[in-house]
Amino acid sequence: MNVALRRTGEWTPAIVVFVLAIAAWEGAIVAFHIQQFLLPKPSDIVSSFWTDRHTLWPAGWYTFKEALGGFAGGSLAGILVATLIGRFRTIGPAVMPLAIAANAIPIIAFAPIADVWFNPLSPVSKMAIAGVLCFLPVMVNTLRGLQRASPRQIELMRSYAASDLDIWRRVRIPTALPFVFTALKVSSVLAMIGAIVGEYFGGAFNALGVLIRSDAQILDFQTAWAGILVASLLGLALYGAVALLERIVVRWAPAARDS
Amino acid sequence: MPASLLRAVRRSLEVGAVLLALAGLWELYRWSWTTAGWTWPFAVDSTSMPHVWTILKAFGQPAQVNQPALITILFHKSLFTAKEAVVGFALGAVVGFALGILFAHSRLLQRGVMPYIVASQTIPILAIAPMVVVWVNPKLPGPFQGWGSVAVIAAYLTFFPVTINTLRGLHSADARALELMRTYAASAWTVLWKLRVPASLPYVFSALRLAATASVVGAIIGELPSGLQSGLGGAILNFNQYYSIEPQELWATNIVAALVGILFFSVVVATEKAIVRRAPENVA
Amino acid sequence: MSSDLVVSIAGVTKTFPRGNVTALQDIDLALTHGEFVSLIGPSGCGKSTLLRVIGDLIEPSAGTVTVNGKSARQARIDRDYGIVFQDAVLFDWRTVAKNIALPLEMLGWDRERRKARVEEMLDLVELGSFGEHHPWQLSGGMQQRVSIARALSFEPALLLMDEPFGALDEMTRERLNLELLSIWETLGSTVIFVTHSISEAVFLSTKVVVMSPRPGRIAGTIDVDLPRPRAAETREDPHYFELVTAVRELLRKRGQHLLPEEEPL
Repeated sequence: MNVALRRTGEWTPAIVVFVLAIAAWEGAIVAFHIQQFLLPKPSDIVSSFWTDRHTLWPAGWYTFKEALGGFAGGSLAGILVATLIGRFRTIGPAVMPLAIAANAIPIIAFAPIADVWFNPLSPVSKMAIAGVLCFLPVMVNTLRGLQRASPRQIELMRSYAASDLDIWRRVRIPTALPFVFTALKVSSVLAMIGAIVGEYFGGAFNALGVLIRSDAQILDFQTAWAGILVASLLGLALYGAVALLERIVVRWAPAARDS
Repeated sequence: MPASLLRAVRRSLEVGAVLLALAGLWELYRWSWTTAGWTWPFAVDSTSMPHVWTILKAFGQPAQVNQPALITILFHKSLFTAKEAVVGFALGAVVGFALGILFAHSRLLQRGVMPYIVASQTIPILAIAPMVVVWVNPKLPGPFQGWGSVAVIAAYLTFFPVTINTLRGLHSADARALELMRTYAASAWTVLWKLRVPASLPYVFSALRLAATASVVGAIIGELPSGLQSGLGGAILNFNQYYSIEPQELWATNIVAALVGILFFSVVVATEKAIVRRAPENVA
Repeated sequence: MSSDLVVSIAGVTKTFPRGNVTALQDIDLALTHGEFVSLIGPSGCGKSTLLRVIGDLIEPSAGTVTVNGKSARQARIDRDYGIVFQDAVLFDWRTVAKNIALPLEMLGWDRERRKARVEEMLDLVELGSFGEHHPWQLSGGMQQRVSIARALSFEPALLLMDEPFGALDEMTRERLNLELLSIWETLGSTVIFVTHSISEAVFLSTKVVVMSPRPGRIAGTIDVDLPRPRAAETREDPHYFELVTAVRELLRKRGQHLLPEEEPL
């Protein structure tokens, strides 16, 4: 009981800020006659969120599926590559600088290419972009986690005449798991953003990014913001799901412990 | 030859070798897929995967009739985008750093505001960009108009990692060092600048490395809806439209964009080496 | 107690190429079954290295090591020894019970057998109610007891301990000393115990081996003939003090870096 109370207490400032901010937002627009077409009132956004739900929500779901596909594919690829590099340690030093350089490349450059390679109307092109965005953080962090295995623990395993596979199973992988989840949390947010960025360059008409863009172009910012709200909520939902999974799987990690 | 020059030459040779290897892989993939006729994951032809040489040649040629060579055009566009990125980076870094300091000193503020800052990063910047452009542009003084709003977008992508890492870095000060400062009756301000900030530097730089890339991404993304032709974003949009006719120009632009990103990143790493005077640390 | 040689070391030398350090030079040592031998010496005398050579965690540059009549390698593969480090080296992602069960899993024991043995060990180190806890919920002393329980869980004939109580406070250390002795007497294993503490070495052992650094060599051996079972009162026995002084003298004279003019005895 006490824990629950303490938890709610921790969230109070955030809730207070939220209420205050929304109130201020509404109030400011009314009081200063801010042009509504630029920055709609929260109440208008919410009402648009509801009234346009028949277009917005399915569009959001469509884009979410793209994000999910990219997230799954990119993360899996990242984990696999990191495992290979961790296993065959000779290729590590050769690959790391490449990974760092690749991390510095604006992924936006890849978006139009993905549209060319895969039909821009097909969700695969957006999955590819989301996947590429997710791949790097997952790979880098998984590798870091695999390399963090305590040498003493490995020494202990050797005293048990453990095979390399044993060491992987019992030491390296559990050590890496917290790092993998941190990266997955970052990727979960990037996936949705990647899908929407991809749609900007062209996508099916029922995709969320395309909808937001066309709404903005006809200056219907109210619906555009409602669309953004949908995108944001979905991104947060994916993040939340990963965080929840992290709590269950990685209960021992210091991060999960302290939160 | 002095040791550092030797190392630089070796480094360049290694980079050159890697680039050659990548080009070789590209051509190998291209050759294998066209000979075998595979269409998964995508069909390979001179439009979807132009030859490396074609792309490189395109740099030297004009994109349109009576225009200077592509490389000159891209160079100027890079400068334009770089300007936005640098200003955005500086703005985002300062704001992020200040927010980090603010949150480190007020648990209440941190609890109240941080969740929204985190949530704000889930908002697809591309969706907000047009609105930011429309809203911010009129408010900017003359010479900043146009590209200034893009710098703001770049700053938006930059400030978040800087805030988070500044906060972590400020909190990372050794508890015993803090106690020592208490015995000197040091004010919070002194503790901040003599102990916490220096302790936070590795974390801040780690974020700045990310921010360097993010600012370039933000600048390019910001240009897209703003209709600015003078930057790399405009070039990408432009060449995207002509892709089926001249695919190599989009690839060339992407290579330039990649180089700009890597350049920014390297500058930050070099600055870190100079300021912190030891190897950049790999703090998460 | 049979008088078989459990550990036999002849002419063991270990040089580390990096820094050209001779950690061990010409070490000869023989241990019979049931002995409790302490290795003591200043930093850099190679005691931890010697322990690891015995455990086949480091390969000697020269010399032979025989454990239980086999090569050190084979002894490791046959899991003839258990090892305890200065840090408990527990796995954060396993409960205390699962940590103790780790070597048993590797030996392929079935679940029933593992469960029974883990309970035995928990009782042995007096952590009966902590089986489902996680390592970070335990104090340093408790973690070290889990580490000992784990090392003994498969009843190895030989127990290697590398300054296991070094990180603990003196009171906890003295208490764990007594516990370790009672476990040793119950199980009848042979123990090689590396330590920095003269009083601990004398209190626990049947024999104290003093080592000198640079290069690592055995400076001398002192038999400890204090009566057993040893208890808190033993520390007040005058003969105990004599032995402690003897070890200290040996360390002072021979445990230091020998000057070129001095000849080892």
